[in-house]
Amino acid sequence: MKLTKTLLATTALTVAAGFAVAEDMTIVSWGGAYSASQKAAYHDPYSAKTGVNIINDESSAEAVAKLRAMNEAGNVTWDVVDVVASDAMRLCDEGLAMEIDADTQLAPAPDGTPASEDFGELLVSDCFIPQIVYSTTFGYRTDLVGSTPPTSVCAIFDTQTYPGKRSLEKRPINNMEWALLCDGVAKADVYDVLETAEGQQRALDKLATIKDDVVWWSAGADTPQLLADGEVVMGSTYNGRLFSLIEEQKQPVAMLWDAQVFDLDGWIIPAGLSDERKARALDYIMFATDTQRLADQAKYISYGPARASSAPLVGKHATLGIDMAPHMPTDPENAKNTFLYNYEFWADYRDDIDAKFQAWLAQ
Amino acid sequence: MSDSTHTGPMLAADGTTLKSSLNRALRRQKLRALMLIAPLLIFVLVTFIAPIADMLFRSVENQIVSDTLPRTTQMLGDWDADAADIPAPQVFEALYVDMFIATERKLHTRLGSRLNYELTGVSSLFRKSGRKVEDMGEVYQDQFEDLDKFWKKGANLNALFGAPDWQAAQAAWDTSDKKAQPKFKLRSGLETVLPQASEAFDVYARFTQGEDGKNLSKAKPWALIYSALYNDLVAQPAGLAALDAPGADELRAAAARVGDFDTVDFTAAFKKIDKDWVSQDVWRVIKTYSPRFTNGYFLNSIDMKKTADGPQMRAENEQLYIKLFIRTLFMSLVITGSCILLGYPVAWILANLPAKTANLLMILVLLPFWTSLLVRTSAWKVMLQQQGVINDTLVWLGLVADDSRLALINNQTGTIIAMTHILLPFMILPLFSVMKTIPPSYLRAAKSLGATNWTAFWRVYFPQSVPGIGAGSILVFILSIGYYITPEIVGGTTGTFISNRIAYHISSSLNWGLAAALGAILLAVVLGLYWAYDRIVGIDNVKLGG
Repeated sequence: MKLTKTLLATTALTVAAGFAVAEDMTIVSWGGAYSASQKAAYHDPYSAKTGVNIINDESSAEAVAKLRAMNEAGNVTWDVVDVVASDAMRLCDEGLAMEIDADTQLAPAPDGTPASEDFGELLVSDCFIPQIVYSTTFGYRTDLVGSTPPTSVCAIFDTQTYPGKRSLEKRPINNMEWALLCDGVAKADVYDVLETAEGQQRALDKLATIKDDVVWWSAGADTPQLLADGEVVMGSTYNGRLFSLIEEQKQPVAMLWDAQVFDLDGWIIPAGLSDERKARALDYIMFATDTQRLADQAKYISYGPARASSAPLVGKHATLGIDMAPHMPTDPENAKNTFLYNYEFWADYRDDIDAKFQAWLAQ
Repeated sequence: MSDSTHTGPMLAADGTTLKSSLNRALRRQKLRALMLIAPLLIFVLVTFIAPIADMLFRSVENQIVSDTLPRTTQMLGDWDADAADIPAPQVFEALYVDMFIATERKLHTRLGSRLNYELTGVSSLFRKSGRKVEDMGEVYQDQFEDLDKFWKKGANLNALFGAPDWQAAQAAWDTSDKKAQPKFKLRSGLETVLPQASEAFDVYARFTQGEDGKNLSKAKPWALIYSALYNDLVAQPAGLAALDAPGADELRAAAARVGDFDTVDFTAAFKKIDKDWVSQDVWRVIKTYSPRFTNGYFLNSIDMKKTADGPQMRAENEQLYIKLFIRTLFMSLVITGSCILLGYPVAWILANLPAKTANLLMILVLLPFWTSLLVRTSAWKVMLQQQGVINDTLVWLGLVADDSRLALINNQTGTIIAMTHILLPFMILPLFSVMKTIPPSYLRAAKSLGATNWTAFWRVYFPQSVPGIGAGSILVFILSIGYYITPEIVGGTTGTFISNRIAYHISSSLNWGLAAALGAILLAVVLGLYWAYDRIVGIDNVKLGG
């Protein structure tokens, strides 16, 4: 009798668990303030609307490698993954992400403009659904730069005027471009120069002039911490990190909007999902990347919405109450002199230049 | 032996020799013992050895090239990579067929990223070519369709190429709602008349029904089939006149006209996509990496390059890995040495204190051991940085000037300090357990026989503690050789290890082959050192306790 009861109870539990699993959806993102902004702007409203339980996985930094491993094992456990555009391109190339037809699978703008036009040229890969525009830019300590705060990105190479350490990311991307820009190459020619071995050496030589003054970072949180500790005078990082350092933590830091590198972050749906999971992932994407939802995210973090139609809807910060528009990388005042990241170029040259860059670092 | 007269083998009670009888009994025991450990053995094999072996195997695996471009790599066999000319037009036609199929199956970009590790630019070359290769042969399709509307319909081609029994099955399936689509079967005898077109159609049909999961009756045939058909018909096959199939008349009519068709120069067409296709570099790389197995990854991981003319050293400014291997070994040795220097006195004190105090101190040794690795490493960051605790204290004491603070982090010093701290318990624990077993009376005896403190320690105590040093050193050295989180956080550019590059290639560049080759070399180095240690010190001389 007792055994039967136990068995029944176990069966009931298993069935219940089975149902629960069917309503779960795993979304992978970067964690921290960024995941929090997605939860508030997308996940919570979506769960309220559909009853789907969203599980947040914070593995975006290793998403490409993990997706490849899952795909090889034939067991993809993720439903929607947040990646930067260059990773989306690689996932698409490797056949690990599903191709998306923007006009049929994404919501049109409120005025009926099809999604492909609303996102415009930000649809850099067939598999990529853009979400935000962010920039990698410089922050500097206002109390350590003297009476002439830097106005140009080339201040990083000017150790005379701005003595002290500066932090740069431990990879060639962005650094090589800045080095060439500050070595007198015109913005339009940067990638043409960087294509050649001489151009690559030229960029490395320029970086060599400050090699002893650089702290190399590999995690996005490093530069804000180094700035807060006064370890560095200036350093590159994502504009959202600097926003929270300046506005939320009130540190004596200011942002340099010059030659900041525009980049994109967005969603992909892994290839090889079952029809049911694929339909749910598409339904989520349709909801989470519509005009209003993208604008909502900007209430929580200072990244620009990827849709043109979302920009006018950007309001005030949810807790600080300050106007968010002037803090967006897409704001005209900030975007006076931006640098556009060339995805095709880096997809080709990444391995080669990275090998040279790492060899140069180790010298 | 001396007084025994019995010279034959000793016998057991049942008459067999004692030796074999004993062996049998032992074998049974061994088998039983093996059965007992079998679950664990299988578990270890399946979850530990097999994945590692699989991962290491990737360091030589290279099927992707010949699997994705089977016809091209085969044709390339005759091409002389040293010659000044690019491959023959037939190779470009084979490339068209391979690329077309690979593009449909979405495999071409995967191969592009694989070959991009060897030659920069192949990735976008393949991506670009994939987009355009579909239109390349459309000239033939258009001409067939202009000739006769018959060629426009996929159903007509199905009727021509499909075996009659398959057609019947497909028609029956089409109107029902059964799950599995009947597998396409080629009309028998057709492959002798239309060899290329039959092959192309077969690939198309199998892909459409299988990977693509679409209904073949409603699919639109590939342009590839028409270019293959053109090739077959232009040869005016002998069996065509006698062919009896739906569409045979249209085929014969087409055969009479194909002589006037516009043709496609595939070499020019590929050149139009990108002039890299007519450069020898791309073809050399494809030829060099055609074999199913390659030593290219291993050459890359010792700063060499696999070229058509054999292995060559890389340029000075691209050499990295040998330097990193040497640095990893050197720094691991330094870390092991500093662990011995710091750990030995601590273990000595612990072993010679009364148990109550020793236990308390032991907890202090173990406490950091129980703290997260990341927390400890980050704590070192706060301690060591230029505006950090240590530098602040030194400046306050006046030992260091404010404008010349010590660089203790983001270099080798930082890695050595942080890793010595993290790995110290691995040295102290084996030392402690070995020292616990050395009777204090030995030292007293030495001293009573007139030895000085130093002689007593060096000649009597120290030799007995060597097994502990050996065990601790092996643990610390092998652990530190594979460390990567700590060097990544505090190592800057001069304090990173080879493992940091392995991690980069696994998670960032996706060059798993190279990562596997680096890992295999690292494993071989560790095993080699272990072997050398065994030869010099003797592995029996290692004790973890008792």
